[in-house]
Amino acid sequence: MTTPLQRPRRKNPILRTRQPTAPPATRSRIALGLTAAAARGVFELQVCRDCGTTQYPPREACQNCLSERLFWKPQEGLGELVSETTLHLSYELFFRERTPWRLGMVRLDCGPVLIAHLHGDVPRAPARVKVHACLDKAGQAALFAVPEKETPNMADDKQLREMTCDPKYRKALVTDAKSALGQALVKSLVEAGADLVWAGYAEPWKKFAGFDELKKLPQVALMPLDVTDSKNVRELAAEIGGRVDILVNNAEYHRAYGIANRAGVETARAEMDVNYFGLLRLAQEFAPAMRSRGGDGLSSAVAWVNILSIYALANFPPHGTFSASKAAAHSLAQCLRAEMRPAGVRVLNVYPGPIDDEWNQLLLPPKLAPAALARAVTQALKQGVEDLYPGDLAQEWLARWRDNPKALEREIST
Amino acid sequence: MKRAGYEGVAVAVPVTIPYVRYSIRGAHWWIGRAMAELCRRGRVRKEEIDGLCVASFTLTPDVAVGLTQHLGMSVRWLDHVPLGGGSAVVSLRRAARAVQSGDASIVACVAGDANHVDSFRLNTANFSLFARDAVYAYGSGGTYGSFAFLTDHYMRKYGATREDFGKLCVAQRQNALKNPNALFKKPLTMEEYLNARPLATPVHLFDAVMPCAGADAFLVMRSDEAEARGLPWVRLLGTMERLNAFPQDAVQERGGWALDRDDLYAQAGVRPADLDFLQAYDDYPVINVLQIEDLGFCAKGEGAQFVRSHTFTTDGSFPFNTGGGQLSVGQAGAAGGHLGVVEALRQLTGEYQGGAVKDAELGLVSGFGMINYDRGLCSGAAILATGKRVQ
Repeated sequence: MTTPLQRPRRKNPILRTRQPTAPPATRSRIALGLTAAAARGVFELQVCRDCGTTQYPPREACQNCLSERLFWKPQEGLGELVSETTLHLSYELFFRERTPWRLGMVRLDCGPVLIAHLHGDVPRAPARVKVHACLDKAGQAALFAVPEKETPNMADDKQLREMTCDPKYRKALVTDAKSALGQALVKSLVEAGADLVWAGYAEPWKKFAGFDELKKLPQVALMPLDVTDSKNVRELAAEIGGRVDILVNNAEYHRAYGIANRAGVETARAEMDVNYFGLLRLAQEFAPAMRSRGGDGLSSAVAWVNILSIYALANFPPHGTFSASKAAAHSLAQCLRAEMRPAGVRVLNVYPGPIDDEWNQLLLPPKLAPAALARAVTQALKQGVEDLYPGDLAQEWLARWRDNPKALEREIST
Repeated sequence: MKRAGYEGVAVAVPVTIPYVRYSIRGAHWWIGRAMAELCRRGRVRKEEIDGLCVASFTLTPDVAVGLTQHLGMSVRWLDHVPLGGGSAVVSLRRAARAVQSGDASIVACVAGDANHVDSFRLNTANFSLFARDAVYAYGSGGTYGSFAFLTDHYMRKYGATREDFGKLCVAQRQNALKNPNALFKKPLTMEEYLNARPLATPVHLFDAVMPCAGADAFLVMRSDEAEARGLPWVRLLGTMERLNAFPQDAVQERGGWALDRDDLYAQAGVRPADLDFLQAYDDYPVINVLQIEDLGFCAKGEGAQFVRSHTFTTDGSFPFNTGGGQLSVGQAGAAGGHLGVVEALRQLTGEYQGGAVKDAELGLVSGFGMINYDRGLCSGAAILATGKRVQ
């Protein structure tokens, strides 16, 4: 059984902060297929269309029949631990700093033998295990073998916590905690065991519905924050930036209509100011401190969450300028991800379908309840994925988009 | 079809350029020294060597052909055998066929590698596509991490203990103490072996070879050529080579030897019991035990019992890695595989460098190498017999 994680002691500000390091990140292009699936939280292996062989490590041809018709197929991951080792010495800094480190050789029920990180609760080989693909601190797919059946405090395993962004005992900042989704995010992080949640809200002279309820939570600190105000963002970063482990950028400006139904650029500019420039301002002020704390022990800086929109992938003309601002934010978030990756800080991009709020009044269901979306975000942090498409509508759009982006463009504009 | 023998082939002039832990020299320096020593001790002019067979991990960006210009050689037969610990046996059997067919008259088989302070990490990180994609990012433990899986599996399945592996390591150290080129100069006790720090359980410090720089080489020519030059020489009776054997085994517990040993012994016309010594590839003791089993000295799974009932020094009941092996001499990259061949030549010709196996006339050299992903892909073996001893 995993020893439950203890609340980290208050940090001595005089001691040097351990600098972030990462496991080796080099992969062949074919091996990135594993990473592409792991980014969505799915464990996929190459399967041959012609003979059905499942193979690993990834190859350019089927090892059984030499066919090139290979596709990536989701796996259950069940198998047997056939051999294991505990590493006490490593060539690379990341592991040197974290030994002893347990590794296993697993034969999957579908055939292939894999080398995987091994959870502390898996009994000595031979033992049944379940393998899943997570992302390591380098942002690359890493296979992880856990006990077949869940064990107490499983997420607190020292090695597993290096792969996830678990909010437990971490400090988080949520922007726009005023909105229904913002409030749900704050509560969900508190429920997940966050140590402290800063709830940012604009226009602090106005009390909002739900204000008192948030204020009652002992883990919540309400902070005035307007992401369109550079000075305000800078000052808040100076105050708390060095302690933020998880930043959830939820600030959003959302109006309906595309180009023909609206005169002028003011609304579009306001959308860009919050949805795109808001992210840029936050990233410029908060990202440097988070990067410097990517290796800061058990409660290191670990994740940056962007609430984007499924409309970032393909423009939804009835909300055309909003879609464009989310597409801009999506692109900027990819830049942020590249800049955060060397520090091991994950950028989790969330692409929900329409949320059940006032600005989506005229859209037909299904619409996402704010509380359900917040739960999905917290779950994604615990799992450590970097792309989340929550809800049935987002899943359907994703499937259509992966299948044929041009078809999706036509489907949603008619 | 019956395989043709190696009649008329002589293997001669065992050369070792003494290993050092770290050296600022490049691989070309080590190979250059080995070539010079082959010429000097073999009493051949460089121009007479018309075949070259090279094994090295650290020649980059060169391949073997670059060496011909680097060392000013015009050869008519060239091979580059990038098979790590499998290189020596493979080089030997290819060179023997080249000489037999007349494609070359005198082939120099040479292996040499540099070892700078950081070279081993860099080689490990980029060892193979599968290692990069599916092994190195998992703990970055290198070969000791890979052998930990083989050792853990073997110990559990067949009941071998650390003492069994320790007995081989201790005996090899005793052999090494007589070898002036061995990097380890002090005796190893079982207690020191057992109390060594863990690298990747169950592999501990003295289970792992120490990377170093160095070179080994030998010449292959016709036996009448060796006679005419007054060289002591050795006959090649049989060989085998097998790559990626038993892919169905979840964890490697057999090498290609188990598949091809009958063919090997049939070609050589000898039985395991006839052999006077075994030079096995020994980067980790578990692979020693696999070779003892798969080469037919005992049945699969009885390796530990075999170790318990034999002694392994040059004067023991089963003379084994008689110069100390890589575990006590050092592992000079690809040269590590050649160590067994040059040691066998010394035992069979009497050009001893360390302890002698009394009246040895027949010996077996085995090679193993290239942990491409989860197992070593290359296995090879050669049976050698005395042709002419040193006068």
